[in-house]
Amino acid sequence: MTLDTLRLTAEEADRLLRTKEISGAELFAAYLAAIGERDPELHAYLHVCENPGGDGLPLAVKDVIGTKGIPTTAGSKILESYVPVYDATVIANAKRHGLRVLGKTNTDEFAMGSSTENSAYGPSRNPWDPSRVPGGSGGGSAAAVSGGLAPWALGSDTGGSIKQPAALCGHVGLRPTYGTVSRYGVIAFASSLDQVGPVAKTVRDCAWLYSIISGRDANDSTTVDVPTVELPAGERLDGLRIGVPKEMNGADGIEPGVTEAVDRAIELAESLGASVEECSLPHSVDYGVACYYLVAPAEASSNLGRYDGVRFGLREDGADFREMIMRTRDAGFGDEPKRRIMIGTYALSSGYYEAYYGTAQKVRTVIKREHDALFERYDVLVSPTSPTVAFPIGAKIDDPIAMYMNDVLTIPSCMAGLPGLNIPCGLSQGLPVGLQLVGPQFAENTLFRAGHALEQAIGFDGVPERLR
Amino acid sequence: MNVAWQPVVGLEIHVQLKTQTKMFCRCRNGFGGGPNTQTCPVCLGFPGALPVPNRRAIEETIKLGLALDCAIAERAVFHRKNYFYPDLPKSYQISQYDEPLCAQGKLVVPTADGGVTVGITRAHLEEDAAKNVHVAASGRLHGATATLVDFNRGGTPLLEIVTEPDIHDAETAKRFLQLLRQTVVELGLSDAELEKGSMRFDVNVSVRPEGSGELRTRTELKNMNSFNFAAKGIEREIARQIRIYEEGGTVEQETLHFDPAHEEAPPMRSKEEAQDYRYFPEPDLVPVHPPDDLVERLRAEIGELPGARIARIADTLSFYDADVLVTGGLDRLWADVVAAGADPKEAANVLANQFVAAGVDPARVDPAELAKLVSARAEIPRAAFDEALAKTGDTGFSAAPYLEQKVVADTGELDPIIERIIEANPAQAEQYRGGKQGLLGFFVGQVMKETGGKADPRVVNERVRAKLG
Repeated sequence: MTLDTLRLTAEEADRLLRTKEISGAELFAAYLAAIGERDPELHAYLHVCENPGGDGLPLAVKDVIGTKGIPTTAGSKILESYVPVYDATVIANAKRHGLRVLGKTNTDEFAMGSSTENSAYGPSRNPWDPSRVPGGSGGGSAAAVSGGLAPWALGSDTGGSIKQPAALCGHVGLRPTYGTVSRYGVIAFASSLDQVGPVAKTVRDCAWLYSIISGRDANDSTTVDVPTVELPAGERLDGLRIGVPKEMNGADGIEPGVTEAVDRAIELAESLGASVEECSLPHSVDYGVACYYLVAPAEASSNLGRYDGVRFGLREDGADFREMIMRTRDAGFGDEPKRRIMIGTYALSSGYYEAYYGTAQKVRTVIKREHDALFERYDVLVSPTSPTVAFPIGAKIDDPIAMYMNDVLTIPSCMAGLPGLNIPCGLSQGLPVGLQLVGPQFAENTLFRAGHALEQAIGFDGVPERLR
Repeated sequence: MNVAWQPVVGLEIHVQLKTQTKMFCRCRNGFGGGPNTQTCPVCLGFPGALPVPNRRAIEETIKLGLALDCAIAERAVFHRKNYFYPDLPKSYQISQYDEPLCAQGKLVVPTADGGVTVGITRAHLEEDAAKNVHVAASGRLHGATATLVDFNRGGTPLLEIVTEPDIHDAETAKRFLQLLRQTVVELGLSDAELEKGSMRFDVNVSVRPEGSGELRTRTELKNMNSFNFAAKGIEREIARQIRIYEEGGTVEQETLHFDPAHEEAPPMRSKEEAQDYRYFPEPDLVPVHPPDDLVERLRAEIGELPGARIARIADTLSFYDADVLVTGGLDRLWADVVAAGADPKEAANVLANQFVAAGVDPARVDPAELAKLVSARAEIPRAAFDEALAKTGDTGFSAAPYLEQKVVADTGELDPIIERIIEANPAQAEQYRGGKQGLLGFFVGQVMKETGGKADPRVVNERVRAKLG
């Protein structure tokens, strides 16, 4: 049978495998064929795997997630030759469920960016319009899922790297509660913020993949026990209390088309039985980005120290250790990691620590409290995921601040360690708009339930118009 | 101007814990493996690897903290200390900074007239660095052209103890270190073997006018690997600083690296660089909250500590003897030997001298048999006594056969032998009579040899002197 990988969900593919309507080999081959056809244009993958055998579902994996025996570059030249000797826990979990790694997807270097333009291997392109970015940093996974090059994928989210690309490419992405998914084996960007999460075509697929990868891990001390994941099924939202933070929905720079699509989705939620009320997050939007750009670079400046040319990856020759490491890092890191290493080093320096890193941590506590207070009254907070639809490649690459502002709406809940789900809620200028649903800690099931009911009511067609 | 100077000394001690596994991974912690055989993605700092703290190491740190009378933190935090070096695979060391496991303790160093109280600023846990090996193409150290790194030691648990600047002389510093070492060994935390580097210390030294409370510029002596060496280094440094001040100069903040292999060589100096380690809380670990019941259980496991035992035993013996027995790890055996009937002073002398020289493990000795030997020391030949002592650690050792060998003190038996030896060595006898007193030993030695070591050396001495005189 012919498989339409653009429409095939993981759930449906799994049914076809179970009923033996297709074989594992056929399924894998269908994706390899789609990759062969469309990836030259989309550049979603940095590495495509051969079928390792078995009857499990294929899985695309963001290239910051370590895969034993499969090159893992984090989108950086400094890891061009690096092949991990061990699997990340999420990969081990996926393999235990029979999943097969289909390939490694493109990412901004060390997940630092919002467009994949910071990848040392060139940008990925948006399946809806290849002249535009797919978002980032997980633009490769996003382009792969939207472009029918994978049934689903793993991403990683530090300040919006799962949710924002999902919004720009028109599919579902979950950034889970901090501590529910192991970071072991995942190349660290900012340890207190990094979370691996699922990228999928439907909320049910997203929930299923989350149930596979999540759980306490003895190798990651920051993980916790996770409530049993329920696959959502209902169509109503009776009893659900939705808060609409005015600062998140009225922020500067939100495009009118985005606001319209989000407002329609909120009205739809009300018609499904949810109660909707305006509320306020007075500091989160104003200070979230500034705070994030101190905490994340500070941690990154330390996390990226290990790329010193001593044990793995790139090494440039030098007369002594100091010269070797300086030349290696100069040649191996692109502009964005260098920029963040410098910002982070400065923020942690003696004499500046209190003013920058120390203050940022205090603001982070304020952001968390502000969210906690709202969750006493609401089950879910909604807003646009991204202020804009996908922008043209090159439009913001020379303006780091404009690029950083892409994440103004995703960052606050990341700083608070909260789960956030993106679902597509419509089109603006022919491009997808994403709706962000944020819940309290460990409320993934609530997000899945709300997301699924809305997804059914919205009826968004996730296949890019030009590929239908 | 004649100022009296008061030295001010603070110590920073590192002790390698002998846990089964490393601090943040499950690799074996121990000597002996070939280079880089005891490694994994975590202790090699591979991308994505995360630390998981060793519960045992945390408990042992708390235990030492309790032994040092520290407050145990209700919340302790690991920090990252960032710097680049080939032996530091992550480019940061996981250590502790402003929220250590143990703080504000003290250790009383017993003295003949009471004791010196040394404040413990903190005791915390960190990971050790790997080992750099510099090699040349020729394979020799000189003109090294490459550096190899052995990561076996990397990530092993390291206890750091920092004292207040409460020490004012080299002798107290040395005795503090000996007492701390004994405490650590008895608690079972570490072998604390200086020559293997499992205990290392840095010393901070400054001087100030007597009576002044100021803290002047200090210098740091690094690479100390013996207690005597540390004491000598401190003395030298105190003298140097006093000389500088008295000549109107100023002491510069610097680090003095001693080469343990060349004790007499002048120390290498390096300017104290203003290193900025960019400490920040380790985001890969959660804070440690030691539960009260754990702390109490650990406290209950601590027996009477060495310092207290020195003070107690000094009531029976001299302070000096008590100190030697306890810091030598011999006082428990001493108490058992005394309980089995030996004279306390006699037992202390034997243990502190011949027994130590014999190198027997005190834990393997049957105190009853050793007591018999100690009590018969004057009556059995020296050679037989030494041989017996060396065997006290053997399984099933019995003193009986040695007790039967009686020393020959009978002058009727000894005199003919002495006379024969003097006659056989006329030249030496002439020299002795001419004033070369040192030759007495030669004659005594010959007699002891002739009698197979059974003669009583005291009597032989006396008779040789009389016959030659």
